[in-house]
Amino acid sequence: MQIHKYDTVIVGAGGAGMRAAIESTKRSRTAVLTKLYPTRSHTGAAQGGMAAALANVEEDNWEWHTFDTVKGGDYLVDQDAAEILAKEAIDSVLDLEKMGLPFNRTPEGRIDQRRFGGHTRNHGEAAVRRSCYASDRTGHMILQTLYQACVKEGVEFFNEFYVLDLLLNEVDGVKRASGVVAYELATGEIHVFQAKAIVFASGGTGKFFKVSSNAHTLTGDGQALVYRRGLPLEDMEFFQFHPTGIWRMGILLTEGARGEGGILRNKDGERFMERYAPTIKDLAPRDMVSRAIYTEIREGRGCGPDGDHVMLDLTHLPPEQLDAKLPDITEFARTYLGIEPYTDPIPIQPTAHYAMGGIPTNVKGEVLLDNTTVIPGLYAAGEVACVSVHGANRLGTNSLLDINVFGRRAGIAAAEYAAKHDYVELPERPESLVVELIEGLREGAGTERASDIRGALQLTMDTNAMVYRTEQTLKQAVEDIAELKRRYKNVSVQDKGRRYNTDLLEAVELGNLLDLAEVLAVSALARKESRGGHYREDYPTRDDVNFMRHTMAYREVGDDGTESIRLDYKPVVQTRYQPMERKY
Amino acid sequence: MSTATVETPPQDAVPAASHLITVTFRLRRFNPEVSAEAAWVDYPLEIDPKERVLDALHKIKWEIDGTLTFRRSCAHGICGSDAMRINGRNRLACKTLIKDINPEKPITVEPIKGLAVLKDLVVDMEPFFQAYRDVMPFLITTGNEPTRERLQSPEDRERFDDTTKCILCAACTTSCPVFWNDGQYFGPAAIVNAHRFIFDSRDEGGEQRLEILNEKDGVWRCRTTFNCTDACPRGIEVTKAIQEVKRALITRRF
Ligand SMILES: Cc1cc2nc3c(=O)[nH]c(=O)nc-3n(C[C@H](O)[C@H](O)[C@H](O)COP(=O)(O)OP(=O)(O)OC[C@H]3O[C@@H](n4cnc5c(N)ncnc54)[C@H](O)[C@@H]3O)c2cc1C
Ligand code: SF4
Ligand code: FES
Repeated sequence: MQIHKYDTVIVGAGGAGMRAAIESTKRSRTAVLTKLYPTRSHTGAAQGGMAAALANVEEDNWEWHTFDTVKGGDYLVDQDAAEILAKEAIDSVLDLEKMGLPFNRTPEGRIDQRRFGGHTRNHGEAAVRRSCYASDRTGHMILQTLYQACVKEGVEFFNEFYVLDLLLNEVDGVKRASGVVAYELATGEIHVFQAKAIVFASGGTGKFFKVSSNAHTLTGDGQALVYRRGLPLEDMEFFQFHPTGIWRMGILLTEGARGEGGILRNKDGERFMERYAPTIKDLAPRDMVSRAIYTEIREGRGCGPDGDHVMLDLTHLPPEQLDAKLPDITEFARTYLGIEPYTDPIPIQPTAHYAMGGIPTNVKGEVLLDNTTVIPGLYAAGEVACVSVHGANRLGTNSLLDINVFGRRAGIAAAEYAAKHDYVELPERPESLVVELIEGLREGAGTERASDIRGALQLTMDTNAMVYRTEQTLKQAVEDIAELKRRYKNVSVQDKGRRYNTDLLEAVELGNLLDLAEVLAVSALARKESRGGHYREDYPTRDDVNFMRHTMAYREVGDDGTESIRLDYKPVVQTRYQPMERKY
Repeated sequence: MSTATVETPPQDAVPAASHLITVTFRLRRFNPEVSAEAAWVDYPLEIDPKERVLDALHKIKWEIDGTLTFRRSCAHGICGSDAMRINGRNRLACKTLIKDINPEKPITVEPIKGLAVLKDLVVDMEPFFQAYRDVMPFLITTGNEPTRERLQSPEDRERFDDTTKCILCAACTTSCPVFWNDGQYFGPAAIVNAHRFIFDSRDEGGEQRLEILNEKDGVWRCRTTFNCTDACPRGIEVTKAIQEVKRALITRRF
């Protein structure tokens, strides 16, 4: 075992982690621990754009952006946070440009902007051009640009280090973070990183669904390990299903395709979104479009022999426009489906995409221990966190924004905290939990394979906890997950070695997915209303009287060692906007 | 909506069994914890030819031998983790469909060449990233920052568009015979990334980068074999980018 000491430790090197690292490296001795090489992070897969009311191509302002964010999130958004997001958007896009990000340009040489779902002028009048973009590779450009800026800044990375535990210690009765424990993939060695400030930026958790736009590595490690240490998870029932994943594969086709004029059609060729959102049609928010697609499918208007998908039609767009604005997604259609999007529509279905919930933080990025108390020195930003700027449904292009705005804030806050505070003593045998976990799996003589359990988990989640949910399906999911957790205790790995043991790490990741899937299902079961991405067929309307509040899920362990989930609730911060019915 | 129980086998994104064919995957296995020698091992699989080579590797790892080790993340050609030599050519396993590489004969999969093999298909990427960092892959500017964005015409933006697409997968560099023979050569990927900045109208570090590339391990080692261009999964015209850098070195115009 090795022990390292840094002022600030950042967990994750996606957009949020690297944006934080650029700030904290300027101000404190910083280490970035990442299970992937930084440029392999899933921020690189983002396509469509990053929202900011630059008003480069038409009238726009941050107040309209705030309103759209709040309404898009079905009023579960904390409005103070949304206002910060929309205001700081402008500088965060300009900062990226100054770091070198190659945005698409207007004829005048300014950053070009395009339309995206749910972003409107003057509180819903019509779609507005707010998304700053670089072709359909905006996330790739952000990830590359931030990595380049990190190289320039001399950021210190520990690549292929898996963080598996958070160390907490009580000082004068106050819970404080003292470090993290990491597993080095190359050698199997355990490393303890003692730090004054810690930022979690470890990304999403979409791999508990089968049809998903998320990378294999998005397994919610950060969420799961703080949860196991007794910290709450907020709003985990709110998961976004993006309307346009490639049929059966889940690979994302950006909403920018509809922003450029693409149309969704059912088997009769009908532009069905005209019936569901007469004003902005195909550019309605994602939750609405995903439900509309499943309604078409259930009512027999789906395409193909099984009637299980609809079509994204780009054939009326000029090939030059597709080549210039959507080159990557048209190539995906050619590579994976053998379809030529110039002439043929592309089969699509909703795909599990984005976790609105996560580790609760305030607007400084400080992690909450309960509804109001922060844990000094502990921060979170990006998809792992819940600020909450996305509420019950995130608007497209608001996440690349979120990782930049709150990544930057968390990086600054962490480094400033580190400058003013001393180390917290490490607990005794800080590595013990991780050693137990790793050796338990490595030495285990069980008969279960992680891949079988993961497949069964994904099946029950796709079937029971996706776009449409009911009490019955969610209970089934809870039951299935409990059974899978029992089986997981009996998992063993075939690779017993120390070197690059990905067999072992996949089993660890599965353990994280199981815990988080359970929190999702239990939180969803208790929320007897429909709001944003959470739709209950047995409670089809929004219930502001009983459920205008955030869910806070805590792991409880009884005296006999039995685990359970305790649900609590946190008020929503409302400033200028009163909840209204959400129509588009 | 139907419910599922955990006994049901995972329903994959695979069509009916009749679409399955038998394909042999011949993998180059190496694990120094077990043996100092690398060896070829055959794995016959029943698989849908429309699946990716990455799906086949997962099937082997998840159903047959958990010790098989390779890197991967995004599974759709965007993160650059899984460049490997498939049937003798560098490709991304997640962007190569089985049907497109003649499944009649055994499909060989081995690590990319020229970087030390650490285990199975995993190689040491550090020298590759070091060469990248050595060309100063970041925007260099002088003077005060503008309050708004720097202006750039669409034509100027287009000038370096091709080389912004790079995902640092190393397929090009590890297909280059010069790199195989001399690991000191920067290799095509580093030059591609230098190009991305040299031809960016906003950048003022071109001269410095050109000096670095003018050194003995720089662009002049390139012998224009075009392997790199053929290997690039992003369709970047790598050789053309290298030629443009060479020309800029001679004319000092970029
Ligand atoms: C296909 C796709 C397209 C998208 N398009 C858009 C878009 O157009 N606009 C938009 O606004 N949003 C978009 N999103 C959403 C957005 O891209 C993501 O929410 C965002 O990039 C997440 O960034 P992040 O930094 O939080 O996490 P990530 O980029 O996922 O990074 C996570 C990091 O954490 C590290 N990590 C994870 N676990 C551990 C561990 N245990 N130990 C150490 N390190 C760890 C990983 O190595 C990685 O570096 C898209 C998402 C997807 C999937
Ligand atoms: S130029 Fe192409 S082949 Fe080379 S590293 Fe970049 S993406 Fe990979
Ligand atoms: S897994 Fe990301 S490029 Fe292949």
